[in-house]
Amino acid sequence: MSDQIFSYAPAPESASIARIRPSYGLFIDGEWTDGAAERTFKTVNPATEEVLAEVTEATEEDVDRAVRAARDAYERVWGPMPGRERAKYLFRIARLLQERSRELAVLETLDNGKPIRESRDVDLPLVAAHFFYHAGWADKLPYAGFGPDPRPLGVAAQVIPWNFPLLMLAWKIAPALACGNTVVLKPAETTPLTALTFAEICRQAELPPGVVNIVTGAARTGQALVRHPGVDKVAFTGSTEVGRQIARAVAGTRKRLTLELGGKAANVIFEDAPLDQAVEGAINGIFFNQGQVCCAGSRLLVQESIAGELLERLKARMATLRVGDPLDKNTDVGAINSAGQLEKIRTLAQAGEQEGATRWSAPCELPERGYWFAPTVFTGVAASHRIAREEIFGPVLSVLTFRTPAEAVEKANNTPYGLSAGIWTEKGSRVLWMAQRLRAGVVWANTFNKFDPAAPFGGYKESGFGREGGRHGLEAYLDV
Amino acid sequence: MDAPGSNAELRAFLHGLPGVDQVGAEERAARLAARSIKTTAKARAIDLAISMVDLTTLEGADTPGKVRALCAKAVRPDPADPSVPKVAAVCVYPDLAGVAAGALAGSGVAVASVATAFPSGRAPLEAKLADTRAAVAAGATEIDMVIDRGAFLAGDYLAVFEEIAEVKRACGEAHLKVILETGELATYDNVRRASWLAMRAGADFIKTSTGKVSPAATPAVTLVMLEAVRDFHAATGRRVGVKPAGGIRTTKDAIRYLVLVNEVAGPDWLTPRHFRIGASSLLNDLLMQRQKLTTGAYAGPDYFSLD
Repeated sequence: MSDQIFSYAPAPESASIARIRPSYGLFIDGEWTDGAAERTFKTVNPATEEVLAEVTEATEEDVDRAVRAARDAYERVWGPMPGRERAKYLFRIARLLQERSRELAVLETLDNGKPIRESRDVDLPLVAAHFFYHAGWADKLPYAGFGPDPRPLGVAAQVIPWNFPLLMLAWKIAPALACGNTVVLKPAETTPLTALTFAEICRQAELPPGVVNIVTGAARTGQALVRHPGVDKVAFTGSTEVGRQIARAVAGTRKRLTLELGGKAANVIFEDAPLDQAVEGAINGIFFNQGQVCCAGSRLLVQESIAGELLERLKARMATLRVGDPLDKNTDVGAINSAGQLEKIRTLAQAGEQEGATRWSAPCELPERGYWFAPTVFTGVAASHRIAREEIFGPVLSVLTFRTPAEAVEKANNTPYGLSAGIWTEKGSRVLWMAQRLRAGVVWANTFNKFDPAAPFGGYKESGFGREGGRHGLEAYLDV
Repeated sequence: MDAPGSNAELRAFLHGLPGVDQVGAEERAARLAARSIKTTAKARAIDLAISMVDLTTLEGADTPGKVRALCAKAVRPDPADPSVPKVAAVCVYPDLAGVAAGALAGSGVAVASVATAFPSGRAPLEAKLADTRAAVAAGATEIDMVIDRGAFLAGDYLAVFEEIAEVKRACGEAHLKVILETGELATYDNVRRASWLAMRAGADFIKTSTGKVSPAATPAVTLVMLEAVRDFHAATGRRVGVKPAGGIRTTKDAIRYLVLVNEVAGPDWLTPRHFRIGASSLLNDLLMQRQKLTTGAYAGPDYFSLD
């Protein structure tokens, strides 16, 4: 009955804004080219399983062509170009990204499955912000603290994941270009479309050919790229498992390496926390982007004295999450990116039940087609359970309790990962005390999943090394 | 909940409530403001919003004629379209409550009167109570009182509590809306404490503002108050209403408030019994948008009466 009072009518964003082409080639040396082997693969809309476009699989030969083009552009144009000139291109790209942000947001949502609310309000604004921020650095590198005239590295091979396709591209390409490097970037095989549209933007910005090259493909293409001897720098964001393979492949070469890998972040709520905002932070921490976030707050550590009340509030809030059509402007939780990822989430959730944790899912109707997983919380989770240790990369929250601040730190750090952490308390001194002791690259206080191009992002331990963003992030693309 | 025995006890209770993180609260309000309410949902929301309006005139220059005109508008907001619902109440100063009561008799539109030395509240308690009694005697069925912000900010919570309780007694059958004047309380922590204080003292509604102080109602302040009534209901079983007032002028604004109610307190609050919007110029914008939805075209402002 109460639903009848005020249920939101569908408010879908128009899919045609995305202007998807039926097929895409490779973007090498400023031109669209066919792949050497004429092998292609399909990218699908995870919310409907419909094919969006056919994309070229780059072979070793194609990758070689791309790396040569990047080398040539580096030596002849981009490397020698003064920083203030490079800045102009980056500013131009940033403005074009803003101008085309609606198109790109819709495209990202179609290809990735994330709600349009997020691609529109989070991804795209941050993408433009990263280019603006790094455009500002391009002519100020002598003042970045790396000596009077820091030099670029050369050709950067960049491999990015599918969870924030265009944003990860921005995190990789903007600093590389600002520092004077040229790039060959491989987007994830399930989400190549925004990167390919970005290639169009490079042409629109009249970026010199070869400065940015986009090669599409799966693991084989990625391997060919990071193993290519003509590459000076490898930057990877993705799973810890693949990160290890890359580290092995690069070991013993002159290539510089930065890795941004998995996480199992603790989101720690103390009894004196601002409760409503802490609940919101827990929700945002794990259900933002369907939990497919490397820094997701997937372990909720709650002080035992408020655990009951907090869980009740958390479940009530979860019940109001709107799960469904990612293009609907009122959707909070969209589709899982791929069948493979959905399978992985299901397996781990099952393991959680088998190991004795209590599972609760928000009551919601899931669409019949597509890859969907209802927002889920596990209570009664022990630190030894798989769901408390392994990265699920899905909308699944594990709740554990603690009694004292020292125990909170101990439990939060008891993981092979160390990417991010959250602290919720109204006591400032405790925030500082905790932040000093948490072994995590990013520590959020009374907020979660906040990103800013000026703030360095990166991990401890098996979450990787190197920082992206801020002054620190420049170091990864300079010869220092 | 029991009446507090001392100021210390009341203080301990109010300061024991969970804090409000300003950034987080404003972020949540902003996120809910991005909801997209279209077509059938919009039509329903507009009618709901019209039925929740406390049509208000609180000027020194108010006259019986002005109040009568407003009452006519309250009962039949759009003379050309009888399907438009009537508003919830007409809100006036106490000396004009009688005029409003006469004009609204039998219409189903309530008479609300501000009282207790509105808007400053700076008068002796006896004067405030007399103000209240006079309004009720003249026919007001709803009293919008202001709290003593001075006493609240000085930490004298018990004085504020007792004053609200006294006014509640003076109201008799009339519903009591307690204006917190959130623009003068400055922090969300204070808004939450004042909300609980008013609810414990017997408020039937908690209201953001007099409309005479800037800022008046904001989405974030309303969010904090909606959380308070939700939690108070969970703790006591009594459902207290919320009334944002001041600065809500457009249909878009009004719908954003309805979304806040829907997703924070819950759909049980989506009735004029538990949610009101204090406004004067809002009604015409609601009528204009309503007509646009039904006819597909905007009529000019001259097609809607001023009051």
